[in-house]
Amino acid sequence: MEILNTIFSEATNKALVNVVYILASVLFIFGLKMLGSPETARKGNLVSAMGMLIAVVVTLLDQSIIDYKWIFVGLVLGSLVGVIAAMKVKMTAMPEMVAIFNGFGGIASLLVGSAEYLLSAQHNIGILIPIFLTVVIGGLTFTGSLIAYGKLSGTITGNPVIYKGQQWINGILMVALLFLGIEMIALQGLLITVDWQILVAAVALSFLLGVLIVMPIGGADMPVVIALLNSYSGLAACAAGFVILNNVLIVAGALVGASGLILTNIMCKAMNRSLANVLFSGFGSVISVGSSSTEQGEVRPINVADAYLILEAASSVVIVPGYGMAVAQAQHSVRELGELLEENGSEVQYAIHPVAGRMPGHMNVLLAEANVSYDQLMEPDDINPTIETTDVCLVIGANDVVNPAAREDPQSPIYGMPIINVDKAKTTFVLKRSMAPGFAGIENPLFFKTNTRMLFGDAKDSITSLVSEFKT
Amino acid sequence: MDAVLVLLLFVLVLSIFLGVELISKVPSILHTPLMSGANAISGITIVGAILTSRAENIESELSFALGMVAVFFATVNVVGGYLVTNRMLGMFKKK
Repeated sequence: MEILNTIFSEATNKALVNVVYILASVLFIFGLKMLGSPETARKGNLVSAMGMLIAVVVTLLDQSIIDYKWIFVGLVLGSLVGVIAAMKVKMTAMPEMVAIFNGFGGIASLLVGSAEYLLSAQHNIGILIPIFLTVVIGGLTFTGSLIAYGKLSGTITGNPVIYKGQQWINGILMVALLFLGIEMIALQGLLITVDWQILVAAVALSFLLGVLIVMPIGGADMPVVIALLNSYSGLAACAAGFVILNNVLIVAGALVGASGLILTNIMCKAMNRSLANVLFSGFGSVISVGSSSTEQGEVRPINVADAYLILEAASSVVIVPGYGMAVAQAQHSVRELGELLEENGSEVQYAIHPVAGRMPGHMNVLLAEANVSYDQLMEPDDINPTIETTDVCLVIGANDVVNPAAREDPQSPIYGMPIINVDKAKTTFVLKRSMAPGFAGIENPLFFKTNTRMLFGDAKDSITSLVSEFKT
Repeated sequence: MDAVLVLLLFVLVLSIFLGVELISKVPSILHTPLMSGANAISGITIVGAILTSRAENIESELSFALGMVAVFFATVNVVGGYLVTNRMLGMFKKK
């Protein structure tokens, strides 16, 4: 501030600030790199947080800031809310939490863009385009995230909301936004006026678009949407960087944008669907036309006592968790069962499909919370090659990710999706409430295979009963 | 286009490639912490929010007010994002 001003000239000061921003960017990059391995991930997150801290501190030292009072009010209140939210959230509510934080990042970028727009009538086109993009991306990230939050927490129906002409309406909305953008740029360029009505219209339309984009997406497709919104929040920050010509916003925003896009891509690949298909098809709202749905065969139920006898004799067990495990809050009981099986001499591994649950990596976090060692958490590619020699597969609340129709039935809507081949194991137990089909409404031939046994009932109750069988 | 803008576009393109390289190597067991950690980084817009309070902005009260609300939301994003990521990563243990 003043001290700095007396030591350095203003130009030197600006250069210094930018050097610190570069340092912050380097810390973000190292932080993300360290997030790539479980051993270093926690440190990586701290390194990235340090980057953020120095970026904020050096920004506060900017000599042109003259009112600190409200900045500190915002910082203190925001920290308070952030700390409370982060400490109180249950691990099962993590997807909602990530969604709402994404939304906050989006609205912050929208507000920055709007503040800069209203500030001056003399923006050139190089600033107006990023302002418009910041507002639109930030706006749809905000409302899209709120809808995602609602769907994940169960406030809004998790089913896809589909109506006739939906894609037309979204298309028209996008064209309208494009025209607004052109008008905003042309008006300011020609007339040199700040037209707040255009800004309000752009905000309103992007809010609407965010809602309409997420509403048709069903619960099981949420991992894709969360990853995509994550990417958008980064892109909004990146666009804001072009508004205020700031390098650290651009670097950090682009890193997040790229990371979200890669996750989105991984999620889509894990479902063998294109992004367009996830966003527009309303998967799961259409009842499947699977050809084999009529010839179901016989279901073989099993009770806890018999299941215990088989598990007790098993030398290798693979546990396959799905969203049902999260719903039943069964992760702690599952871990307990896993430990008892290990004490009993079985080799226990967890096979986790990339799209199991409601966000990327959802099952891993729940099992880590329950104290499962992370080297037991495997991807389908690690498990599938040896699945034929596995004695027992325990499917807990997973359905579509273990559906052999994805491999065998070209008519099935999930045909081609990479699955965990539990049907090839020696014995497979499926823990399930009833014979109701999974999210996508697709018949699962796994339930009718001769080596499959259905253990009906609440997943947590069944696991707890198995645990007490082991203990007696 | 002026030189600054071109330079910043250059920075943008390089950052995207760097981001792709960095993230492709993250194993799927860490996807949730990665996402929430990246989400905290996207709170970098806090820098833009603080800068809306520069001298010239204060003349526009509306602009200033919007900026301060942005500071609040971005702070929640940053503080909450890093803390919750830290909490999650603390649970990943190896026996």
